[in-house]
Amino acid sequence: MSNMIDELLNRGLEAVSNASDLQQLEQVKVEFLGKKGELTQQLKSLGKLAPEERPVVGAAINKVKKTIQAELDSQKTKFEQAKIEAQLGSESIDVTLAGRRSEMGGIHPVNRTLERIINYFVQIGFGVEEGPEVEDDYHNFEALNIPGHHPARAMHDTFYFGNGDLLRTHTSPVQIRTMEKTAPPVRIIAPGRVYRCDSDLTHTPMFHQVEALLVDKTTSFADLKGVLDEFLKHFFENDNLAVRFRPSYFPFTEPSAEVDIECVMCSGKGCRVCSHTGWLEILGSGMVHPNVLESAGIDSEEYTGYAFGMGVERMTMLRYGVNDLRLFFENDLRFLKQFN
Amino acid sequence: MKFSENWLRTWVNPEIKTDELISTLTMAGLEVDGFENIGAELEGILVGLIEKTEQHPEADKLQVCSVNVGADENLQIICGAPNAREGLKVAVATIGCVLPGDFKIKKAKLRGVHSFGMLCSGKELQISDEHDGIMELAESAVIGEQLIDYLGMKDTAIDVDLTPNRGDCLGIKGIATEVGVLTQTPVTQVEVKPAEVTIDDKVEVNLTAPEANPRFVARVIKNVNINAETPEWMKARLLASDIRSIDAVVDVTNYVMLELGHPMHAFDLNNLNGAIEVRFAREGEKLTLLDDQEIELRTDTLVVADDEKNLSLAGIMGGKYTGINPDTKDLLLEAAHWDPVYIAGKARSYGLHTDASHRFERGVDYNLSAETIERATELLLEIVGGQAGPLVDEINQAHFPESRSVKLRRARIERLLGIKLEDEQIEDILTRLGMGLTSNEEGWLVEIPSRRFDISIEADLIEELVRIYGYNKVPSRKPVSEMSMIRQPENRLQRLQLTHALADRGYQEAITYTFVDKDSQQLIDPEVEPLALLNPISSELGVMRTSLWPGLLKSVEYNQKRQHDQVRLFETGLKFVPGEDGLVQTPVIAGVISGRRCAENWEAANEKVDFYDLKGDLEAIFKLTAASEQFTFVAAQRDGLHPGQTAEILRNGRNCGFIGKLHPQTQKEFDLDEAAYVFELDLKRVLARKIPDFSPLSKFPAIRRDLAILIKESVTSTQIVDLIGQTAKSWLNNIVIFDIYRGKGIEPGYKSVAIGFTLQRSDRTFKEAEINKTMERIISVLSDKLGAVLRE
Repeated sequence: MSNMIDELLNRGLEAVSNASDLQQLEQVKVEFLGKKGELTQQLKSLGKLAPEERPVVGAAINKVKKTIQAELDSQKTKFEQAKIEAQLGSESIDVTLAGRRSEMGGIHPVNRTLERIINYFVQIGFGVEEGPEVEDDYHNFEALNIPGHHPARAMHDTFYFGNGDLLRTHTSPVQIRTMEKTAPPVRIIAPGRVYRCDSDLTHTPMFHQVEALLVDKTTSFADLKGVLDEFLKHFFENDNLAVRFRPSYFPFTEPSAEVDIECVMCSGKGCRVCSHTGWLEILGSGMVHPNVLESAGIDSEEYTGYAFGMGVERMTMLRYGVNDLRLFFENDLRFLKQFN
Repeated sequence: MKFSENWLRTWVNPEIKTDELISTLTMAGLEVDGFENIGAELEGILVGLIEKTEQHPEADKLQVCSVNVGADENLQIICGAPNAREGLKVAVATIGCVLPGDFKIKKAKLRGVHSFGMLCSGKELQISDEHDGIMELAESAVIGEQLIDYLGMKDTAIDVDLTPNRGDCLGIKGIATEVGVLTQTPVTQVEVKPAEVTIDDKVEVNLTAPEANPRFVARVIKNVNINAETPEWMKARLLASDIRSIDAVVDVTNYVMLELGHPMHAFDLNNLNGAIEVRFAREGEKLTLLDDQEIELRTDTLVVADDEKNLSLAGIMGGKYTGINPDTKDLLLEAAHWDPVYIAGKARSYGLHTDASHRFERGVDYNLSAETIERATELLLEIVGGQAGPLVDEINQAHFPESRSVKLRRARIERLLGIKLEDEQIEDILTRLGMGLTSNEEGWLVEIPSRRFDISIEADLIEELVRIYGYNKVPSRKPVSEMSMIRQPENRLQRLQLTHALADRGYQEAITYTFVDKDSQQLIDPEVEPLALLNPISSELGVMRTSLWPGLLKSVEYNQKRQHDQVRLFETGLKFVPGEDGLVQTPVIAGVISGRRCAENWEAANEKVDFYDLKGDLEAIFKLTAASEQFTFVAAQRDGLHPGQTAEILRNGRNCGFIGKLHPQTQKEFDLDEAAYVFELDLKRVLARKIPDFSPLSKFPAIRRDLAILIKESVTSTQIVDLIGQTAKSWLNNIVIFDIYRGKGIEPGYKSVAIGFTLQRSDRTFKEAEINKTMERIISVLSDKLGAVLRE
């Protein structure tokens, strides 16, 4: 009996080792361990043995069964692994090839700059206001203390329409429109397109300005200096940026100040960009002229305000080193994509 | 205002160098735009002494000179000038010098004899017209000295870019006053004595427009020598201000204007008839100006006239007829006060801009008119001789400007500037600016000098204080204000969300000009007469856009010409549409795609974009509103677009834009290589957003059923989807058209449409019978209403 069992074990193990794939392995399993398999048959025939022999033979058969099963499992794992290996091998790709549809567009550099500027001011409580670009003479000039005969009108090369309307020469009319509809305190920033009848290397007939206005009961020139100093240092991300204020003239502010920063191209050493002065004129500012407050219906004894405005193209050129103003409106993709 | 630094320093001479003077002016609001070193081109020309001359052995007209220029050895220089002689001090251009006209002095050999430099004539150095021989310098000239120092010509022309409020600095006098205040240096005024009156001749003056001209000062000078030469020093000062010398009389009038800032005019007295009258021009009156152009005068224009005719455009330019000319013998001088309001803009309206109009528009010191005439008289008598008549000073007191006083309050200074200035400091600054002070409880009453047209209110005085005190000494105060939150309505999209979504989908934002050429505008909107600019830069930028497409399409063309085979652009901005109720300025967002669908890639097919690429991007944008179901695309016709590939976009039934393929003809007109697809949306109508409104999630399974129907081509997918939606009602969870087939097996004019539905109930699981019933109803409705046939 034990010979027969040994022989069965050897045959079983041999069959397992002869199996060359998962399918053959399955056949071996059926042949030996299946319902009608040889070992099962042997177990079924235990009853024919003497009662004292049964446990011994039974245990021996079970041992053989386990041994074959273990061998089967081990072979099966091996075959499965080999199959996965083969699959992986065939699935290798060139991971350095470009991916699909990676295109991204981008925001125009001028609007990118505007977004940055607006964010700084929104953070400290300024609201964003817009106004019409075809303006009337009143909002663009009269209400800003620039009457018809004023020499400052000659500084604004204005585009006119037949009915006397014009293309706004600055974003300042938005100040007036805002004050007309909002009671102080007023705290706004006004971005947008403006127009001057001028076109050469350093002028385009359309450009962008952003204007800020704050009217409140305690606003002073020191506040104006503070906010601009802080803003310019943030915009150029340079805490040591030198900023200076120069007396100037705008009909709608008094006192008026031109603001210069240390040249960001040469750090104030003097270069072509700053005409070797070390300084860059960057924005105009001042305390709102009492006539402007009054024409918008605000008591200039009770309220004071500051206002400032800057050219967005210029800020963009200085921030990113763009050297040709006209590039902004040619919309050359090679240019635009540099800002994505 | 460009002026000679040397001249300024005769008035006020602070102990600072040129560069510091320049920065002092700039930081006080008189921005120096540039400066020019006068005489720099004469660098290296030395004073020399001819110690010996010898005849050139080979040339009769040449002399070999031994010239001492203060160096160890004398220079041997060959000279052809007849006046070269021993003992003469001369101007020597040494080797390496570059003479005017880019003439470089090199070592030379003339007929076998070496020459180491050149003896110069005045003409060669461009300092005089003298060319008969070399310059003869004074005995006292120092050998070896730079010629420019000997001539005293070294100077700097400083160009101040004055703001329009500072008309008072359009003369040396004004700038000197300013420099005196800034550097605390005394100012020496030019001393003007009344001229000795030696004849009785005068001209009667009538002020018939006193509101515009309340003062007119005049003087007759007879028997001048019009051929007298203007002195070199005067020419040099004029030249530093870019004013070229004309004749001595005109030069003096210009000089006095530069000096005192008060323009004046000289008439040829003998072409004058009768009395002077200042009046507004009459209808149809004409005047030939000094520059020979004839203008037709408007009645808002002031003229100086005599009994017969007008003589000059008041405050702007003189007339030709009474102009100073080579035969002039007798003069009438004029210095008048013209109210800026009547002068401003007039010159420009005649296409003119003169030194006089520039000053009168800004305001000229009306108390200086008589002094101006006296100063000119003094200089004229000195230079051109003649006899002066009495000063005629006609003033209309009723219209003559009154002296102005402005209230200045201590508290207001602090309020506006954010700093406290000491009383002494305030008084010191204002006094030095020439203001009269009377103190009172609150502060001062300040009398404004007549030259300062820019000061009329308290804020103007405060600006003066801080300007002199120094803007940069005012402390910076960090932003402080009441904290208040800014409204951020959740039911509105921000424009930035839209633009960034497009950018993320591969679109590049463009900014195009708001004005375009009318022709390309009308390819898009032929029915609209666009708003035209009166004074465009060019006709290509002549009208306000009624759509953003022309600008964007030009950008597509620009890029296609530069080999970009994939263009996706968008822009936001206003469009300007004239309507019955006037101009409407509407913010829109517009875009265009053209060329490849995907960038060239190892796998991607070389497919071109089509209508559905653009539509897909718009649908994605609409999803940002959380209300895409409110948007519908309806087949439409629009100028400039393909009749079969254009849709009007509606939101809740109202127009909110268009999408379409560019008409092939329009594509050709815009010179595009590839088909282009465009859209334009009314921004305001797109931005409304739905705030999420939660609905409970169904616990019950969703059932998917597919259906293929045969239907006429003319039936749109929206019709099919809408009908199914109405029929399945709230059970319809999702519907998708997943295939459209035409061709083999399908009758022409028909298409096979495969539709997938997901049905779900929120209250319980669907029963099979229910689903079947729903499907049957859908099929029957599709068949009844749209003529659909179920494909088996």
